[in-house]
Amino acid sequence: MAEAVEGMMGLGVAAIAAPVLLVVFLGIFSLLDQRLSERTINKAIQAAIVTGLLSSLGVLALMLALGARHVVVYVSEWVNTAGFHVAVKFVFDRLSVPFAILSFVLTGAIATFGMRYLHREQGYNRFFVLYAVFLLGMVMASLAGTIETLFLGWELVGLSSALLVAFYQERPGPSRNGLWIWGVYRVSDAALLLAAVVLHHMTGEGDFDRLLGAGPWPAGGASVSATQAFIVGLLLLAAAAGKSGLVPFSGWLPRAMEGPTPSSAVFYGALSVHLGAFLLLRVSPLLERSPGLCVVMVALGLLTAVLAYLAGSVQTDIKSALSFASLSQVGIIVAEIGLGFRYVALVHLLGHACLRTLQFVRAPTLLHDYHTLENAIGESLPRPVLPLHRLITEPTRLWLYRLALERGYLDSWLRSYVVGPFVGLFRRCDALERGWTDFLSGARSRESDDLKPTPARIEELI
Amino acid sequence: MSPLPIPWLEAALLLALAGAASISWLRNLNRAWRWGVAFTGAVFVCTLAASLGFYLQSPTEADADGSLQQYLFGRPYLSLDKLNAPLVPAVALLHFLTAVATSRTKMRSYSLTWSLTAEAIHLAKFACKEPGILVVLLATGALLPLVELINRRRPTRLYTLHWILFVGLLLAGWRLLVSADGDALRTSAATIALLAAVLIRCGVVPAHCWLTDWFEHSSFGIALLYVIPLSGVYAAIRLVLPIAPDWVLHSIGLFSLITAVYAAGMALVQHEVRRFFAYLFLSHASLVLVGLELHTTVSLTGALALWFSIILSLGGFGLVLRALEGRFGRLALRGHQGLYDHSPTLAVCFLLTGLASVGFPGTLGFVAADMLVDGAVTVNLFAGMAVVATAALNGIAIVRAYLLLFTGARHTSTVSLAIGLRERIVVLTLAVLILGGGLFPQPGISSRHQAAEEILKERQSYFDARTKGRKHPLSASYAVT
Repeated sequence: MAEAVEGMMGLGVAAIAAPVLLVVFLGIFSLLDQRLSERTINKAIQAAIVTGLLSSLGVLALMLALGARHVVVYVSEWVNTAGFHVAVKFVFDRLSVPFAILSFVLTGAIATFGMRYLHREQGYNRFFVLYAVFLLGMVMASLAGTIETLFLGWELVGLSSALLVAFYQERPGPSRNGLWIWGVYRVSDAALLLAAVVLHHMTGEGDFDRLLGAGPWPAGGASVSATQAFIVGLLLLAAAAGKSGLVPFSGWLPRAMEGPTPSSAVFYGALSVHLGAFLLLRVSPLLERSPGLCVVMVALGLLTAVLAYLAGSVQTDIKSALSFASLSQVGIIVAEIGLGFRYVALVHLLGHACLRTLQFVRAPTLLHDYHTLENAIGESLPRPVLPLHRLITEPTRLWLYRLALERGYLDSWLRSYVVGPFVGLFRRCDALERGWTDFLSGARSRESDDLKPTPARIEELI
Repeated sequence: MSPLPIPWLEAALLLALAGAASISWLRNLNRAWRWGVAFTGAVFVCTLAASLGFYLQSPTEADADGSLQQYLFGRPYLSLDKLNAPLVPAVALLHFLTAVATSRTKMRSYSLTWSLTAEAIHLAKFACKEPGILVVLLATGALLPLVELINRRRPTRLYTLHWILFVGLLLAGWRLLVSADGDALRTSAATIALLAAVLIRCGVVPAHCWLTDWFEHSSFGIALLYVIPLSGVYAAIRLVLPIAPDWVLHSIGLFSLITAVYAAGMALVQHEVRRFFAYLFLSHASLVLVGLELHTTVSLTGALALWFSIILSLGGFGLVLRALEGRFGRLALRGHQGLYDHSPTLAVCFLLTGLASVGFPGTLGFVAADMLVDGAVTVNLFAGMAVVATAALNGIAIVRAYLLLFTGARHTSTVSLAIGLRERIVVLTLAVLILGGGLFPQPGISSRHQAAEEILKERQSYFDARTKGRKHPLSASYAVT
């Protein structure tokens, strides 16, 4: 029995160590500017994912055999000073194990797809370095036993996502979209960090075990009041909304499709987009302490689902349509969590992630698939007309169409009322500062005003 | 096992001064650079030995054989304690790495004499606890930018105005404090004057324009070396924090918090790399001051750890920008420059050092930022929110700059623009320190925690002595000097 428990711990460590070593291996060569061959990268990726997957499956098998529902792998006390401590701890339970296995399976499948899709692409090495960072982030977030460890994984996922959206870096479009996504993620990260610190203060702990009660997931009860749960819950909901593209942040999801198809599939069809829902599932014992918060969660989930359905109906490219289809399902999953159906939400999440990944990887051959189907049935594919259409008047239908086409005006709303005024304010401050420094200097104070927008060529400098 | 009982700190200072004097005679740029690297390297080794000696509890500077301070003054005015023991070698390392990473295109504009003189003054400042000497060193050190601006024939009026204000307030505050002799009104006036001087030196809004102007007109390497060690914060800890009543600290906190958010917002809209860096630096420096103001053990530990992280990560970030400037001249942030393919390593280091400075997980600044937020939330939830918002804005500004500089259509060059060997050594050294400190933060945090406790203890004993009507050693040290 003791040996089996030790073996389970060892496998748990191996599941986490595999992606860590992968990042270290690929990262060191990137820092040294040494280009690895595609073959070496592929082997390293495969070895890490297979090791991680087998270890996770081993943990699951041993948990089932031993009847253990909650296994804690304690790595170390990372920081410990008077009044502040952070532990690195991982938890294997009914929520984390399926999500970790899902992460390994889908990243493994998409990595294999990506190896062919990106074969001889100039940024092959860069793609897989970021992909490894993403894998590490997902595994860390899935298995996190403390909110700080979860935050670590959360940030790694965010950074790799934004940089992969900007993967095709010769065009300005992907990098603009990457920046927009990074901006939304930073808001989400800020909300999560604040929630983590506030929780730490309320309970004196960052460990989920103590934060959410000792019982294995989904049992447990948080030892905070309804008001405290509402405040922290709102922060966590904001974090989840940013990461999963819930209203009002839904606008970033179609922008993310600028990245290569493999990363779109695994990030926005399968794993990354569900990370917000996973966070809500993880802290669900805390959320249910506040009925008001559950109502907000259900409303937000349903609103997102409806808006995503409408926006998805009018998309003209398959990747955007699939991303909105993903979003509508994520909205429903969030509503399910708000209603307290945790297992339903978990199963929904796992099934949806697998289906959507499959659809994304088939997306490049969609026209071919359509032609095959049409040839098989001998006519054009039928266009379904919903019965709801007959109940809606023409002006309403037009309004809904515009709303859908503009994706609920969410992006333009954020641009006009948040980003625009913010940037405008600071540009005005900058202009005022220019006047002030010119006055104090008694001359033009900014040499930088004369700079050309593009860099000088080295030949000019020589 | 302790290092040899040699006054390492004094050796470092003398080497820096000797280096500055000898290099000023050299006219050959390459020779001057080689000697400059040798001197800055030797200074770094000496400071490292001094720091190791402190932690291994070897004989102090005063007890060491041949201590010049002991011989001249009968007591050591410059020595290491829990606060400055890691800061002194960090500052020396920054000078050394800056000298090593100086490319040929930058050698003409980067004065090694200036750098070694500044290093000597910085090291003396950071090793000094005596208020009077510290005031003199701060005032003298603030003259160096003026020398640089005059040498480069750039406008000096703006900096001179700030220098006069800073030095005037510093001297007035110190003078008032020395002559206060327990008088509450004079002590308050002195504290306000010192506070104002510190805020000007730290570049707190609205007295921050000297810093952006400094980055506009000086050589980038020299600008970095002058601001990155955060002398203003050191002055705040040594001169203001031990004696300032709570309302003074709250004022520091308020001004710094406003500056942190304002500078983070300004960094987001800049059209040029140096100004972007200047605002990023201002925002970070202000966050350290916010941590001081909260004066809880956790927040102070966080602030001190963040300070150390800024020296390495923001210093490294500046060196990466300087390396880019060495290749392409001053860079605009108006369009996409497409520099990634010329040097992927610089791109990776840009992200690594930049994100480390905003406390990205796994890097040196993460635990520091976390502790700072924790301390801020303890005192005031809104302060905590402002700190988090600042970190978020700085993170966006860094990735925006990354995307503007490194993505976009690439241009072909007939000359290789890849990272050179010396630059590679520098960035790898910094990467190891940033990631090593991030993955194994406990030793660093413990050291900063001890320093924080010592500072708070000193402050507490000062106020206890005042309450009981006794004269505190700190008041005596003001009087002595």
